[in-house]
Amino acid sequence: MIILDNVVKTYSTGSPALDGISMHVAKGEFVFIMGESGSGKSTLIKLLTKELSPTSGKIIVNNTDLSKLKHRNIPKFRRSVGCVFQDFRLLKDRNVYENVAFAQLVIQKSAKEIRRNVPAMLSIVNLAEKYKSFPRELSGGEQQRVAIARALVNEPPILLCDEPTGNLDPRNSWEIMKLLEEINEGGTTVVVVTHNSEIVNAMQKRVITMKRGMIVSDEQRGGYIYED
Amino acid sequence: MRISTLLYTIKQGLKNIFRNKVFSLATVATIAACVFLFSLFYSVIVNFQNMVMKAQAGVAVTVFFDEGISDERIQEIGDLIKQRVEVSNIEFISAEEAWDSFKEEYLGEYVDTFGDDNPLEDCASYEIYLNDVSMQDSLVKYLETVDGISKVNQSAMAATMLSSMNSLIAYVSLAIILILFLVSVFLISNTVAMGITVRREEIAIMKLIGATDFVVRAPFVIEGLILGLFGAALPLIAVYFVYNRVIGYMRERFEALASLLQFLTVQEVFVTLVPVALIMGAGIGLIGSYFTVRKNLRV
Repeated sequence: MIILDNVVKTYSTGSPALDGISMHVAKGEFVFIMGESGSGKSTLIKLLTKELSPTSGKIIVNNTDLSKLKHRNIPKFRRSVGCVFQDFRLLKDRNVYENVAFAQLVIQKSAKEIRRNVPAMLSIVNLAEKYKSFPRELSGGEQQRVAIARALVNEPPILLCDEPTGNLDPRNSWEIMKLLEEINEGGTTVVVVTHNSEIVNAMQKRVITMKRGMIVSDEQRGGYIYED
Repeated sequence: MRISTLLYTIKQGLKNIFRNKVFSLATVATIAACVFLFSLFYSVIVNFQNMVMKAQAGVAVTVFFDEGISDERIQEIGDLIKQRVEVSNIEFISAEEAWDSFKEEYLGEYVDTFGDDNPLEDCASYEIYLNDVSMQDSLVKYLETVDGISKVNQSAMAATMLSSMNSLIAYVSLAIILILFLVSVFLISNTVAMGITVRREEIAIMKLIGATDFVVRAPFVIEGLILGLFGAALPLIAVYFVYNRVIGYMRERFEALASLLQFLTVQEVFVTLVPVALIMGAGIGLIGSYFTVRKNLRV
């Protein structure tokens, strides 16, 4: 589902953010990517969404070779990858329903499909009753669930989460992780970048640890081996 | 494009306008000022050209014939002249008509001194009216070569003056319109760039979700289009009400020049002005926003 082959990413400012990364994530896997600040985790996510291009190496996501992907085909590719971020990135002037519907609207789904898909998605993330609420009226955990609903409403086979619990208290963090686990059990490949070693250790999933742009460990049912 | 996407695009375009109220107002005001000036120039120009055209219609070339020429030859010459592209209309003035007209105009009470004689016996003529006075030279050159024509009278100065005045008006108005157009494009471009800055977060989300370039860019182009059309419509309304008042005032104030100052009605002016001004407004909006979006939104 995701293949990286000797990927190097160097910014113009100096040492490489990613230094020869190779990894393989199979369809339906749940993978944590951990590492201290500056280890290259966010750069990795940006490469997987084609926000950045690698300096060298090959990246294949959902059978698409990103180095050969033409600019005009990027939107279509991105529909196969859902993204969730630490800061939720919700549209503050729109309510819960509109935020989720937005994802369908911009890929030109019909009004009928939107009316069918959005409430169904909100039920999955347990926010059906709050569809009229605006982001400022929701807790951090609820906002993140809206972001997850928005990322999943177009049914992407891959979900990338960049520090999804970074702004949440422990209880909400656990709720979000349980939700991600349920989504994974439904068949979606989930990649989570996180600092939260407590959750990572408890969930016993595959853990890839990065340090200074390199993969230093890849445990199938592991925990976080380095502390910040 | 689906109807839901189209509605979304228009809604977002309108939202952008209201989000940047101050910039939007400044843009509409500038476009309105430009279109207002354009409308004024246009009204003045079409009226002036109308007057020039009427004056042109009065400019005629007169040809006289050789002594003792036959009526058949005069008829032939008339047919030759009618075939020329420069000619719009031709009128035959017989010797009798010429004498009658002269008597009426100049002799008055002294008319009897001539008895039944016609001193203008050999002064039958054709009065030739032109399609365009700038063509007068070529027609005169031709007429001078026609067998049977003894003399060609023309009003060279009137022709040259009217013709060059027409060109001058066209060049000056083109230059002014071009400057106003560029200023408006620059301003609308600034407003759209501001809108892009304000909506950077939303644009980033759209891009990540997989929106196409078209869907991301369209609201900004719609914004420019709406501002352009609105900016064009306002001055048209103003000009509509101002025009009749100004014409009325001019007629009253310059009564002595009534025969020269023949103004067009507001309807006659607006038949062309409305579509031209709206296309101009829409064009300013579309061009300004399209290029700004291309420059600032590499999606």
